[in-house]
Amino acid sequence: MSNSEVSRRDFLRVAGLAGTALCLGFYFPSNAEEAAIVNTSGSAAADFEMNPWIHININGKVTLFNHRAEMGQGSYQSVPQIIAEELEVDLKDIDVASAIGHKKYGNQITGGSSTIRSSYKNLLKLSATARVMLISVAATKWAVPQAECYAQSGHVFHKPTNRKFHYGELVEEATKLPAPKDVVLKKTSEYKLIRKPLKRLDTPMKTNGTAIFGIDKTLPGMLYAVVERNPRLRGTVKSFDDTAAMRVPGVKKIFKVKMLVFKTYREGVVVVATSTWAAMQGKKALKVEWDDTGFEHISTPLIYSRQMEMLKTSEGLFLSKQGNPDETIAQSANALDVVYQTPYQSHTPIEPVNCVAHYQADKLEIWGPIQAPDMVQDYLSAELKMPREKIIVHMTFLGGGFGRKAFMDYPHEAAIISREMGVPIQVIWSREDDITQGPHRPGISYRCQGAVENGMVTALKFRMCGQNNDHWMRGTKSNKANGSTSEGFLKPYYESIKNISFAEVQFETPMPTMWWRSVYASTNGFAYESFMDELALKAGKDPLALRRENLKDERSQKLIDRMEEVSGWKKRKKNEGFGVAITECFASTVGQIVKVSKDGNGKIKIDQVWAVMDCGWYVNPDIIKAQVEGSIVMALGAATLHEITFSDGLVQQRNFYDYKMPRITDIPPIDVYIMENEADAGGVGEPGLPAFAPALTNAIFDLTGKRIRKLPFDLKAV
Amino acid sequence: MIKLNINQKAHEIDADPEMPLLWAIRDLVGLTGTKYGCGVAQCGACVVHLDGEAVRSCVTKLKRAQGKQITTIEGLSENNDHPLQLAWNEVSVPQCGYCHSGQIMSAAVLLKEKPNPTDEDIDNAMAGNLCRCGTYPRIRQAIHMAAEMQKKGGV
Repeated sequence: MSNSEVSRRDFLRVAGLAGTALCLGFYFPSNAEEAAIVNTSGSAAADFEMNPWIHININGKVTLFNHRAEMGQGSYQSVPQIIAEELEVDLKDIDVASAIGHKKYGNQITGGSSTIRSSYKNLLKLSATARVMLISVAATKWAVPQAECYAQSGHVFHKPTNRKFHYGELVEEATKLPAPKDVVLKKTSEYKLIRKPLKRLDTPMKTNGTAIFGIDKTLPGMLYAVVERNPRLRGTVKSFDDTAAMRVPGVKKIFKVKMLVFKTYREGVVVVATSTWAAMQGKKALKVEWDDTGFEHISTPLIYSRQMEMLKTSEGLFLSKQGNPDETIAQSANALDVVYQTPYQSHTPIEPVNCVAHYQADKLEIWGPIQAPDMVQDYLSAELKMPREKIIVHMTFLGGGFGRKAFMDYPHEAAIISREMGVPIQVIWSREDDITQGPHRPGISYRCQGAVENGMVTALKFRMCGQNNDHWMRGTKSNKANGSTSEGFLKPYYESIKNISFAEVQFETPMPTMWWRSVYASTNGFAYESFMDELALKAGKDPLALRRENLKDERSQKLIDRMEEVSGWKKRKKNEGFGVAITECFASTVGQIVKVSKDGNGKIKIDQVWAVMDCGWYVNPDIIKAQVEGSIVMALGAATLHEITFSDGLVQQRNFYDYKMPRITDIPPIDVYIMENEADAGGVGEPGLPAFAPALTNAIFDLTGKRIRKLPFDLKAV
Repeated sequence: MIKLNINQKAHEIDADPEMPLLWAIRDLVGLTGTKYGCGVAQCGACVVHLDGEAVRSCVTKLKRAQGKQITTIEGLSENNDHPLQLAWNEVSVPQCGYCHSGQIMSAAVLLKEKPNPTDEDIDNAMAGNLCRCGTYPRIRQAIHMAAEMQKKGGV
C-alpha cells in the first residue's frame, strides 16, 4: 500500500465517503501546464498524487471537494455552479465538502482573488469529462450511438426512445473507464447556470446558526485557551505571577508559550480553562513582567517622518522603468511632485482569530478558520519537527479573513498548547488581541512625480516607501524591489505614457505586517489614481477624458463608456462633485465614480457610488455585485473611519470603540455593473476595493477644490 | 446552579453568575449560533432576545438572564422560515455569514415593534450591528422584504 493510497482512503473516510463511486481528479504531470484528468476511482490510479475533486456515488449524489476556504467570497456557491453546468446535475444534488490541506490540491491559499480564476478551466473540463463518461456507459448499455444520448438533471436520456438512466446507475461501469481526452465544452451562450444570479447555497445555514465557523468547533475533552502576549509584539516574558489567576474557577493551567510569527517569535503566557470566559478572567488576573529590549519602540509620527526623509533622498530600488522619466520631469515646465500617505490597518474579521488543535503522539489535527492550510502544514512541520502529512488541517467556514487568516501563528499556538496539555485545545483571540497584535496592513508614503506637455501626460515617476510584507516570510530576499510596487496601476498606461518608473524605497519597523484585502493595490490605487487626477487638472483635461485618452485598449474604452453612461458623468450639475478612479487588481479592472455634495450643514455627503467591474469570464453576477459592494464598504472605512497607530511600540487602538468600522448608517447607495466579455476570468473578492478611496477624494476635490493626500480623513471635517 | 430557559428548554448550568450569557450559551450549553465579536457591546454579533428584547449577550450577566425567556438564533423559528430568514436567503445577504445571527436577531425585534420600518427605523435598530463584509445594502433590502412578507400573512 503506497502512501498516497493511504492518504486517499483516509481522505474519503474523513469526508464520510465510502463505497463504489466515480472519482475524477486532476493530475498535474511534471512539465505540463494543463492538468490531465484521471479516473481515480480504482486503486490503479492511486500512485498518482491525485486530487479527487468530484465524487459521484451510486445514488447519484455528487460531492465536490472545495479546495479553497469559504470566507464570504462565495467559492462555496461558485465552484458548484461551474460543476453543475458541465456535469448536468441540479445544484441541490451537490454536496460541498471542505478539502483538507494536501499537496495534491496544488497551492491552496485563498488569497489573490484566485479561487475561480486559477481553477475554472480545469473544473469545466473535469465536469464535462464526467458527463461524457456517464453518457458513454449509458450508450453502451442501450447499445445505441452516444450521439443519440444527452445528459440533464443527473440523468442520461436516449432521445429517440425517451429511455433514461439515473447517474447513480451508471457510476459502477464508469469507474472502469479511462477518462476521455478533449471533451467539448459549452459555449457561453449555452450556459444554463453560469452567469446566472443564483442564490448562494450557504445562506440557509448562515441564517439559523448551523454554519460551523472555526470558533464553533468543539471536540470531546476540549479546553479553552487565551494568551496574554507581549503588547510590544516582539518582546519576551521576563516573569509572571499566576497566583490570583489560578484561583479563578475553571482555570486549569498557566504557562509560558513562544509562538511563531512568520519567521520571528512572540512570547506570552497562556491560561487554559474550562470555558472561554474562565480563561479570559484568568488572563485578567495574571501579572506579567515583559522584557522589551532589543528592538525599537516605534511611533506613528516617527514612521511617516522617516518615510518622508527617505523619499527626499533615496531613489530606491527600481521595479520597472521605461523611457527617461527623470529627464522629462526635470525639463518640464509643468511638473508635479507630491506625496500621498496611507495608514496601517487591521483586518478585524468579526470572527476573531481562533484555532482548535489536537496534538497526539503520531499526528496533529487542526480545525480552524484557515485561509492557507498548505502554509500551515509547511510552517508547523518545520517548527514542530513533524512530517507534513501527519499534520491534518481542516478548513471550517471563515468568519471573514481579508488576509489575516492566511498565516500560521494561531494554529501554531493551538498546537503547542495542546501538546503541553495533552488534550484538544481551542485558542481564542479577544478583539483586543486581534487589533493590538496585528499583523497589520503596512502604512505607506508615496512620492509621485509627473509631467504634462500640451495636454498630455509625458512622464510618471513613482516611489513607494513602506514595509514589504514579503520580508516577514521565510526564505524571502530583501535585496530586490517589492514586486507589488506597481500593483493597481493600469497596464495600458505603459502604451500611452512613454516615461514611467516604479521604485521601492525599503523601509522596516519591528511591527509585523501582512496582506490586507487587495493588498498593495488597496493603497497604491489611492496614490496613483489621485495623482492621475492632479495631472488631469495640470493638463486642463476632464479627469475621465484623460483616462480615455491614455487607456486606448478596447476593454478599457468599453469600461469607460459604461462608467460614463451609468453615472451621467457628462450631465453632472454645479453643486455636485464627481470623482473617477480606475484600478487593476488580480487580473480584473474596476472603475468607480463617486458623487458627493454638501448637506444642509455644509458637510460632505456621498450621494452615490457607481462601480463597473471587468473580470472577464465569470460565474455568478450576484456574488460579484455583493463582493464589490462589500469591498466599497471596507474601503470607505479604511479611507474615512479607522487606522492603526503606534506610540512607544504599542498599538493605540483596542476595540471597535476606537477602531471604528462603517455601520449601516454610513453606507451610500452603491450600484455595480459587470462587463460582458470572453476574456480569461479575473479575481472578484478584492478588485472592487482600490478604486473607491481615490474616486471619493477626487470627487471631493471636484466639489471643493480641496485635495486630500493622506488617509484616513474625516468626511465631516472636510 | 443557574437555571436558564433557552429556546423553550430548561438548562441548569454550574457557572459564575457574573459570567456573560454569551459564554454560557456557547461553551456550556453548546449553542454556537450566537457569536463573539468584541466582548464590549460594540458589534452586535452576540445579540439574543431576553423576554423579547434584543440584548448583547457578551455583556449580559447570567444573574440577569436567569428566570427569563432567552431566544437565540437557533430558536427564532422551527424551520428557518422566519420572514427575515426567508428574505435573507432570497437576497443572498450573508457573505462570510458570521455576524448574521446577530443581525437577524436585532432585525426580528425591529419587525415586531415596527412592522413597516422606514429606512430611518432600520438605521436606528441596526446601527449596533457591524458587518465587516459590508452586506449593509442587502440587510436593508432584506428587512424591507421581510416586512412585506410579514404583511402578506407570513409568520
